[in-house]
Amino acid sequence: MNQDLYQFALRLADTSLTMGQRLAEWCGHGPYLEEDVALTNVSLDLIGHAQMFYQLACDNSETSTSPDDLAFLRDVPEYRNPLITELPRGDFAYTTLKQYFIDVYHLHLYQQLSVSSDEQLAALAQKALMEVKYHLSRSEAWCQRLSLSTEEAHEKMQKALDDLWFYTPELFETDESMQRLMTASVIPDMGAIQTVWQQQTEQLLEDCQLAKPENGWMATGGLVGEHTEHLGYMLADMQFLQRAYPGCEW
Amino acid sequence: MYSQGLKDAEGQLEPAELMAEFQARIDREEKIEPRDWMPEAYRKTLIRQMSQHAHSEIVGQLPEGNWITRAPSLKRKMILLAKVQDEAGHGLYIYSATETLGVTRDQLTDELLTGKAKYSSIFNYPTPSWADIGAVGWLVDGAAIMNQVPLCRSSYGPYARSMIRICKEESFHQRQGYEIMTVLARGTAAQKDMAQRALNRFWWPALMMFGPSDKDSKHSEQSMKWKIKRFTNDELRQKFIDATVPQAEHLGLTIPDPELRWNEETGQYDHGEINWQEFIDVIKGNGPCNKERLQARINAHEEGEWVREAAEVYQQKQNQEEAA
Repeated sequence: MNQDLYQFALRLADTSLTMGQRLAEWCGHGPYLEEDVALTNVSLDLIGHAQMFYQLACDNSETSTSPDDLAFLRDVPEYRNPLITELPRGDFAYTTLKQYFIDVYHLHLYQQLSVSSDEQLAALAQKALMEVKYHLSRSEAWCQRLSLSTEEAHEKMQKALDDLWFYTPELFETDESMQRLMTASVIPDMGAIQTVWQQQTEQLLEDCQLAKPENGWMATGGLVGEHTEHLGYMLADMQFLQRAYPGCEW
Repeated sequence: MYSQGLKDAEGQLEPAELMAEFQARIDREEKIEPRDWMPEAYRKTLIRQMSQHAHSEIVGQLPEGNWITRAPSLKRKMILLAKVQDEAGHGLYIYSATETLGVTRDQLTDELLTGKAKYSSIFNYPTPSWADIGAVGWLVDGAAIMNQVPLCRSSYGPYARSMIRICKEESFHQRQGYEIMTVLARGTAAQKDMAQRALNRFWWPALMMFGPSDKDSKHSEQSMKWKIKRFTNDELRQKFIDATVPQAEHLGLTIPDPELRWNEETGQYDHGEINWQEFIDVIKGNGPCNKERLQARINAHEEGEWVREAAEVYQQKQNQEEAA
């Protein structure tokens, strides 16, 4: 069970870290000063969640490790995030819609995890949940603002949806390790999370007059460490100092 | 009604009685508030100084933001994100405080992007290594605090009040910058070298942050009289040097000034001549990163145009629906 929880904690942590890392790229480049502050705030929360879940992984690890070792010394095949979170930051519409999809995912996942049979996981999920609610109310409001305003903004949102939609089913994939955790009520049934996720997001897309694309490449691979080309660049950037000067304190 | 018009420092004709009463209020340490009468030159000086300050906070996000994605640990990444976010927040407060003087944030942004308004010369220097993030916190925020603590007593109320909060945050930034330097200075030879190089890069530009020498400062005298400034550029620069030299010694790093020595008689450090030509060049736009920094702001502004327009249109639609 420890090994399963270790793997699942990595899935959560890697998802939050890659999201936070991409959002941080907006710092100093946002469309408004207020949004600059908001985007970095969300980024900061997500990196905080990553640190928390890496600590959970460490506590369930068979070997001695630290959150920083897990973040900075693993290579692409060891990262467990779904592919959507490593995609480049894109424009503000793309960032906003991606954030919305992940916020809804986090909301329902953390709500269920906060009643997990594992007390530590439940407590961490509860803490993250409080912040995720704010993230969602912000990203949802921006989805509406952008989709229901000018033609240009609506087009950009539609384009973002066309590009992102087929990355979303991967969020709910499971493997044998996760299934054991589901059986033990450590984690919820991901199929049920997918159902509520779909209801909620499809309602918003309809309200926003956005049309779901019909065909696209269906993303998969994060759970087995098969990633896009983008993650390698992200890690090269993020891990540079730790790799170039191994074993130092910072 | 007015017996005589008096010209102020910028050649503006102001009523003598009002000028005298205004000066008397300042001499009594009363705060001037947005709706109070003030000489045009006072208003102009404040708009110039405060908007330069706000622009500096915004452009100042860039050299440090440069290292957010590469920060060496999760803790450092979070601290740096929070710090750069603080700078954006400072920009917001000061723009808001400047708006009380009758200008809009859009006007001020336009002046920055067209190169009409200035920002602190320090942000036109590059941050090629992680140690620069330590040096910026330690020296640049350290110099900023020296400049800004007296501004908490500025005669203009909104500016003084915004500076109180800003100074608290800046002092936290200065300490975290120094802490980065401490870890590097006690680390491996490569880390110590990184720290020394960063000090070499930022020492002189940090001294230039206090502005031209008193003998060449064209705005100082009137600003002192109006209590917009409380100390001269050279006084603040000297205070900064005296406070910082022992900190560098504590780190075991060498300040890149061979003429720097303690003067028993004055109780201060004597220092070498500042390269004022470099200062003038950077102010005029010919520093190592001037073009890059301004271009980054222009790009953010242009790329965000459709977002701002969308938000505006959405708001109008909402208002119409509510009215209907």
